[in-house]
Amino acid sequence: MLAVEQLGRDFGAVRAIAEISVTFEPDRFTCIVGPSGCGKTTLLKCISGLLPPSRGRVTLHGRPVTRPPREMALVFQDYSRSLFPWMTVRDNVAFPLRKRRDLDAAALRELVEESLAAVGLSDAIGRYPWQLSGGMQQRTAIARAIAYQPEILLMDEPFASVDAQTRADLEDLILAIRRRYSMTVVFVTHDIDESVYLGDRVVVLGPPPTQVKEVLEVGLPAERDQITTKKDPEFLRLRSHVFANIMNREEQG
Amino acid sequence: MMEDRAKTPTRFLLGATVPESALPWLGTLAAIALVDLAVRIGMLPAAFFPPPSVMFVTLGALLGTASFWHGLWDTLWTWAASLGAAAVLGIALGVGMGASRYLYASLRLVVEFLRPIPSVALIPAVILVIGVDFGSKIFLAAFAAFWPILIQTIYGMHDVEPQAMDTARAYGMPGRDRLLRVALPSASPYVGTGIRIGSAVALIIVVTMEIVVGIPGLGELILQARQGANVERTYALILAAGLLGMSLNLGFARLEARLLFWHPSHRKDTR
Amino acid sequence: MKRNGRTVLIALEIATPFVLVTLYALWAAPRDSFFFPPLGEILAALRADWFGERILSDIWPSIRRILLGFSLSAILAVGLGFALGLSRRARIATAPLVEFFRALPPPALLPLTILVLGVGDVAKVLLIALVCLFPILQNTIAGITGIDPTLRETARMYGITRRGELLHVVLPGALPAIFAGLRTSLSLAVIMMVISEFVAASNGIGFGIWQAKRLFDIPLMWSGIIILGILGYILNMALLQIESRVLAWHRGARKAAE
Ligand SMILES: Nc1ncnc2c1ncn2[C@@H]1O[C@H](COP(=O)(O)OP(=O)(O)OP(=O)(O)O)[C@@H](O)[C@H]1O
Ligand SMILES: [Mg+2]
Repeated sequence: MLAVEQLGRDFGAVRAIAEISVTFEPDRFTCIVGPSGCGKTTLLKCISGLLPPSRGRVTLHGRPVTRPPREMALVFQDYSRSLFPWMTVRDNVAFPLRKRRDLDAAALRELVEESLAAVGLSDAIGRYPWQLSGGMQQRTAIARAIAYQPEILLMDEPFASVDAQTRADLEDLILAIRRRYSMTVVFVTHDIDESVYLGDRVVVLGPPPTQVKEVLEVGLPAERDQITTKKDPEFLRLRSHVFANIMNREEQG
Repeated sequence: MMEDRAKTPTRFLLGATVPESALPWLGTLAAIALVDLAVRIGMLPAAFFPPPSVMFVTLGALLGTASFWHGLWDTLWTWAASLGAAAVLGIALGVGMGASRYLYASLRLVVEFLRPIPSVALIPAVILVIGVDFGSKIFLAAFAAFWPILIQTIYGMHDVEPQAMDTARAYGMPGRDRLLRVALPSASPYVGTGIRIGSAVALIIVVTMEIVVGIPGLGELILQARQGANVERTYALILAAGLLGMSLNLGFARLEARLLFWHPSHRKDTR
Repeated sequence: MKRNGRTVLIALEIATPFVLVTLYALWAAPRDSFFFPPLGEILAALRADWFGERILSDIWPSIRRILLGFSLSAILAVGLGFALGLSRRARIATAPLVEFFRALPPPALLPLTILVLGVGDVAKVLLIALVCLFPILQNTIAGITGIDPTLRETARMYGITRRGELLHVVLPGALPAIFAGLRTSLSLAVIMMVISEFVAASNGIGFGIWQAKRLFDIPLMWSGIIILGILGYILNMALLQIESRVLAWHRGARKAAE
């Protein structure tokens, strides 16, 4: 189990995160929403062990996280900056696996190809990232994360810079992947609809100095669909609830 | 953030209390002290490496002599004259080759073949034809500085946003104005780069001519100091040459930042 | 119409150098000027001397000096650049020194190496190496600090070892900048080779040209200058070839970004 315990982070005099405590149960899909600049990226970097917290701690199975653990993979907010431009799609996906003793060459190759097939990129395997569209690049980053076979998948606004159609496709792709490989997912977004559509649970963050505003269970059926789910009265209720919550908070601040 | 890891070892070495702004001074002083020590305890032969402290003292003494200032002045004005000539010719031809496809095609191969000739190779020819004087120094330095300025100007002219040109054309701007008001300003960052490279190249050639041929200037003083086997003086003069190069670089960087304040790389507010 | 335009452009491009050479030949032939001998004499010297025994006695020693000095400095500079590029405080502390040596006009070091190391081959190679060091060093540092931090965080996130990160992330990321430094340094290497051979040498292309000048063998002098031009051209081309091999991804990425 992954737990964030009274975590806080400052940048110099700026208090980015005041205090956040939240736990992530195995195999659950948690969305974290909050206004831009509220510290979502900072929170994910602390969880992943890339950034040491100023206060509090993050524990995984009871052990404090001080550097990126083997159990986690992170899909960065800006895909164009997290893919290595000098490696092909195949090499980008295989790069994190190069030290895996348990995989021989054939197994490694199969794993890479299967992950790319899962995101529908089998045809682009020999191309370079800069020869791909934005959506394809982000799918490459996702394939890299899946191939790493993490217990916990962290995603930082992964669909923020793709067009609406691609975004809907990628959302369904993530749901499919999540069903196929059982993983704990922590999905950061600033899009309220997206958080309700994807999550089993939505954690709402307030503006800085950031605290958890509310934790909502999403009572929608596990099977989601872009058209029917988004018409579901429960979906509509939840999204206006979150919306009002965030707006209200901003008016007060 | 990325630096967190990298910081730890040096922090351990230098102590967490040293502020970053003091580091350049500390580093320089430490390097000087280290070499000084190495010479004084005999790790480096004092006959060839005077202690840096002695170099600075010698340089201080040199600053009080007229010959030093004469040499510096001769180096500086010939450098300025050759850079000026190279800039005028390089920019003029560069704009021409950038604006006219025919001129570009005619001269491209000529430029390709002339540019890699190391200008220092021409030293014997130049001193035979022009003679051992300031004229040959200026000619060769201008010749050498001409190429980077020309090439960068052409790059700049080819890199003008077609959109900007189309906009100007759509508003009925005449060709001459399009060249002066649109093409030239957008090529100017490249021209700036060309002049900065040209300045360094001109200085190299000026000093080379002084040292190899013995034309008056800082380089000739170094040559004389070496011939007189005056080690301290040789080092002090080289130190002066380096400081001169550094101040010229700094001057150009300042000038560029002021003239090209509108260009993204010089805007203060960029993250 | 458009086709015609292109033919004219290509014709101009090829014809102009020939026209210039022909003009020189026509201008120089009847004049019998001492400093500008007829083209035929220059070409004859080129063939008889430079492409004769001087290939081994002069051209090869020059090339060897350049290659030795240049590769020595490339290895040292990239290694040192890594050390400084990866440690922020070390980089800041050494910045003025690097800046100083980068700004120092390289020929000023020639008297120094003659003083300390004499005039032998070792002195020449070390001089070339010393001069070439700083442009490569400065570019390596700039290349490493310019790498997107997200790329290095990605490597850390996926448990890449320090060694793997240096070899597969930092090095390729800094390579475009390193090559820019190599190009600058290569032309400096040629310059230093030539002037050190002018001043004190017993063989080499620069020595040959200087000797020809002293003996007033003007065609030999001009043909030596042409040889240097050809050598500079070939060295530059060779480096560009290697660069375009190694940095194929970089060219593609830049084009895609336009
Ligand atoms: N390396 C840093 N140095 C200084 N301040 C930082 C740094 N990283 C983040 N901050 C500050 O911390 C706050 C939170 O930043 P963060 O990137 O975590 O926000 P975010 O919620 O991810 O925003 P967005 O939705 O725009 O991605 C901001 O005020 C930001 O300016
Ligand atoms: Mg963010």
